[in-house]
Amino acid sequence: MGAAPVADALAERAYEPVIGLEIHVQLSTRTKMFCGCELSFGEQPNTRTCPVCLGLPGTLPVTNAEAVHFGLMIGMALGCEPAPRSIFHRKNYFYPDLPKGYQISQYDIPLARDGRLGDIRIHRVHLEEDAAKLVHAGASGRIHGAEASAVDFNRGGTPLVEIVTEPDVRSAAQAAEWLRLLRVTLRQLGVSDVNMEEGSLRCDANVSIRPAGEATLGTKTELKNMNSFRFLERGVNAEVARQEELLREGGAVTQETLHFDPRTGALSPLRSKEEAHDYRYFPEPDLVPIAPTEEMLERARSALPELPAQRAERLESDMGLVPDTARLLAFRSDLGDFFERAAAARVGDDSKAIANWIVGELVANIGDADPADTKLEPESLAALVGMVREGTVAGSAAKDVLTTLVAEGGDPAEIVEAENLGAAGGDELARVVDQAMADQADAVEKIRAGNDKATGAVMGAVMRATEGRADGAEVQRLIRERL
Amino acid sequence: MTGDLLDLTAAQAGQRVRAGELSASDLFEAWRERAATDSLNAYRWVADAPPPEIAAGAPLGGVPVAIKDLFCTEGVPSAAGSRILEGYLPPYTATAVEQLAQAGAPMLGKTNMDEFAMGSSNENSGFGPVMNPWDESRVPGGSSGGSAAAVAAGLAPWAIGTDTGGSIRQPAALCGIVGLKPTYGSISRYGMIAFASSLDQAGPLTRDVTDCALLFRHMVGRDPLDSTSTGLPEEVRLPDQERLDGLRFGVPPELTRGGVDPGVAAVFEQSLRHIEELGGTLEEVSLPHSDQGISAYYVIAPAEASANLARFDGVRYGLRAEAGDLASMYEDTREHGFGDEVKRRIMLGTYALSSGYYDAYYGRAQRVRTKIAEDFRSAFERVDLIVTPTSPTVAFGLGERTDDPLAMYLSDFCTVPMPLAGIPAISIPGGLSDELPVGIQLAGPAFSENRILEAAYALEQAIGFDGSGARG
Amino acid sequence: MIDRDQVLHVARLARLRLTDEEVERMTGELSTILDHIEKISELDLDDVAPTSHVVAMENVLRPDEPRPSLPREGALGQAPDTDGVGFRVPSPGA
Ligand SMILES: [Mg+2]
Ligand SMILES: [Zn+2]
Repeated sequence: MGAAPVADALAERAYEPVIGLEIHVQLSTRTKMFCGCELSFGEQPNTRTCPVCLGLPGTLPVTNAEAVHFGLMIGMALGCEPAPRSIFHRKNYFYPDLPKGYQISQYDIPLARDGRLGDIRIHRVHLEEDAAKLVHAGASGRIHGAEASAVDFNRGGTPLVEIVTEPDVRSAAQAAEWLRLLRVTLRQLGVSDVNMEEGSLRCDANVSIRPAGEATLGTKTELKNMNSFRFLERGVNAEVARQEELLREGGAVTQETLHFDPRTGALSPLRSKEEAHDYRYFPEPDLVPIAPTEEMLERARSALPELPAQRAERLESDMGLVPDTARLLAFRSDLGDFFERAAAARVGDDSKAIANWIVGELVANIGDADPADTKLEPESLAALVGMVREGTVAGSAAKDVLTTLVAEGGDPAEIVEAENLGAAGGDELARVVDQAMADQADAVEKIRAGNDKATGAVMGAVMRATEGRADGAEVQRLIRERL
Repeated sequence: MTGDLLDLTAAQAGQRVRAGELSASDLFEAWRERAATDSLNAYRWVADAPPPEIAAGAPLGGVPVAIKDLFCTEGVPSAAGSRILEGYLPPYTATAVEQLAQAGAPMLGKTNMDEFAMGSSNENSGFGPVMNPWDESRVPGGSSGGSAAAVAAGLAPWAIGTDTGGSIRQPAALCGIVGLKPTYGSISRYGMIAFASSLDQAGPLTRDVTDCALLFRHMVGRDPLDSTSTGLPEEVRLPDQERLDGLRFGVPPELTRGGVDPGVAAVFEQSLRHIEELGGTLEEVSLPHSDQGISAYYVIAPAEASANLARFDGVRYGLRAEAGDLASMYEDTREHGFGDEVKRRIMLGTYALSSGYYDAYYGRAQRVRTKIAEDFRSAFERVDLIVTPTSPTVAFGLGERTDDPLAMYLSDFCTVPMPLAGIPAISIPGGLSDELPVGIQLAGPAFSENRILEAAYALEQAIGFDGSGARG
Repeated sequence: MIDRDQVLHVARLARLRLTDEEVERMTGELSTILDHIEKISELDLDDVAPTSHVVAMENVLRPDEPRPSLPREGALGQAPDTDGVGFRVPSPGA
């Protein structure tokens, strides 16, 4: 008694996910965070190490100036306030991939804090060093009968920037979309390869749910290392569903770290519970504070390119593009750059049309490739779009011209001429329309009776006769004229 | 001939080599043979051949130097007194050792020490205690006990050690030699196996103040491999002043009264008279937070050590205990590899940093540290140097204090405040009490080493201490 | 004061396996030391800034210029157990 109505009430309740993201970005400096070893790109294991990054006794870290510079750039790009004086801490725990028994990271005074990217507030941006890689040695590598692993310290000490958002994300889709924005922003900065599959961009999510409309936060779980946008979305959705089910059944969420297995869709606890983690942070005595000088700040500031979010805004407001097109061009800076060069090559108001040609036909043609790597010149695209506007080439024929330009380059006007792709018009087109209407008498009757769809049959005949060189709008006009 | 040679101070021997009166390799060989006779357990390793090439013109003239086993030396055992590093051969050499070799002081051997520099008696070495050359039933002090004993016994012309809470000055005092703990940052820590990173500092242990200045001169320098190294703003001068006119000496009651043995107090009083006779003035200055210095020290040093010693995990070097699972591998390796004192300090430091205790222990200790630095700052507004005994007692018997760690810790009260403030201090022999050496400590503001060395030199001349009794 | 359970917890954090006898002794010794250290709680330190560095330096930075790494034999040379390529350890969780 009484339980059923409560259960019903719980079951009906709508929950709202509250999601915060923690992103680790491997910086693309030449050397590691605290030593002079070059960063590793698939070299043989343990060939990019030195006494410092192996944590040999007596060695000391020295901070890479370029990593600080990149960190400041990221902080600024995310609208954060760089700390006047930030310090490093030691984060203590034992693991074979952590050579010193502690990670040098930033704790209570990060490099930068309080920013925003898109709709999501940034809590903090800090510098730290990456751990090494632990690889399973397989059957050959047994020690005393138990499984063995092998440690490769090549990655150990790679500079990382950790970006922590406020819990502003409300859905898995929003998380993935925002992470895409972050990735293009970082790519635009040129501070990282931002490759999720290769681990240079890694995302953890803190997920909790709460009854819609309530302000208090629920117990959160931490989802580790979802190494693609798709997995992030699926992992967060799975966890939100799991938490909802738990609460609906009257249970409670326990704070834990979970691993999402993209193959099975299962979430499993990553660390056993008795493994109390108490990181015993304390200020790293081997390093001195980072207090960015005006010179360091200015250098970071002037290294900032226009960022995707800003560019999207500018393309919308200054060039009159619709939001989706503006974002696509801004987030793929190669397309954006091509667009701006094409738009600049043309006097007149072809910007929107050029943009549409790029996000439509050109992308269909070249996929993820950079248009600058094809034979197509921005000026040629602008010229082609102009010809379409003037009606000298029909839309469908222009698509063929574009394909030729991408593959072989050249002058669009000359291609139109040489391949006889010029728009059919004048007497020629009038004659074709007359003929088509005569051939499609039935259809013409239907049009007269008010069936607009029947126009298609006449139009089709005209197009066949002109091999697509006719401008659709012009044909429509000619048909109406003759009714 | 060899006997005469070994009676020379390092500066004198170096001068003869530079003047072409003595060959550097003969000198090295004489010292090498002498070091090989070590019966004090002062050495862990002695060179079996001279280095390939000693530049006769080098400023240190080829006078070999004994190196505390805390310094990493390429291809040469470097165990920091710990079983966990037994047999470890580093692939690189510590900056300070490298600099000395460049300046013409090749490595003679590696000296025994308290495990990871944790101790004041050298009884915490994983390789057995060192004996005091003045009385072999007594400790040499620690943690640089092997270096101090070697120099005092004439087993090395000079040596280097490290000081975290007194580890150069106290053994120097107990062995009747000179030991300098320089300003934090003046000498690179690169290659020093870390105990407490914010306190550790290398320094010389020598027969006299001149040797001390000479060796120190070639240890200092800003090192790009050590972010906290500063070098010294001025060149180290060889001291030559025999007077102390105009110098004001502060005598802090906190470090000179309670707990100081009468015999030590008598020698200390005597040295205060010498200061006055040489034209210096004495003034009482207070260091009110010294009492809390020991407490702060025994929070900060173990806390840093607990992190510094986490790297000894059996993965990349050193001892590894056989075990089938990772947790047992860690725990067995560290259980077998570390001695009692090291475990005690790791426990203390881990506790002081652990969740819920950080503020009460580590956080407060760092604030006490600020107060101690302020105490010194205001004292040095009134005086140029502070003078105290180095150790409240003379060398004590082996095994006498091992059962009471706290009592052992508390005996460091004269030497612990200076590293907490990062300031330099020297210990020189002040005389004997019960036929055992007593050390006098002079401390000054950061980077005042030249002033300290000058004053120590003048005082040394007046005291006229004869250390030959320990050289056998 | 520190009790037996705390000693065991701290030993676990520090990856020290203590024998029963050591736990016993450590509990007593650490309690004595901590009782003494607690003197620092008597001071009024509210307005005192903590000192983590005695050197007043900032921005000690290294140019992003590569230095040679160790050859692999050098990196692995002192390791208790290797497979010739990596440092062998018992698998975590195994
Ligand atoms: Mg992190
Ligand atoms: Zn390295």
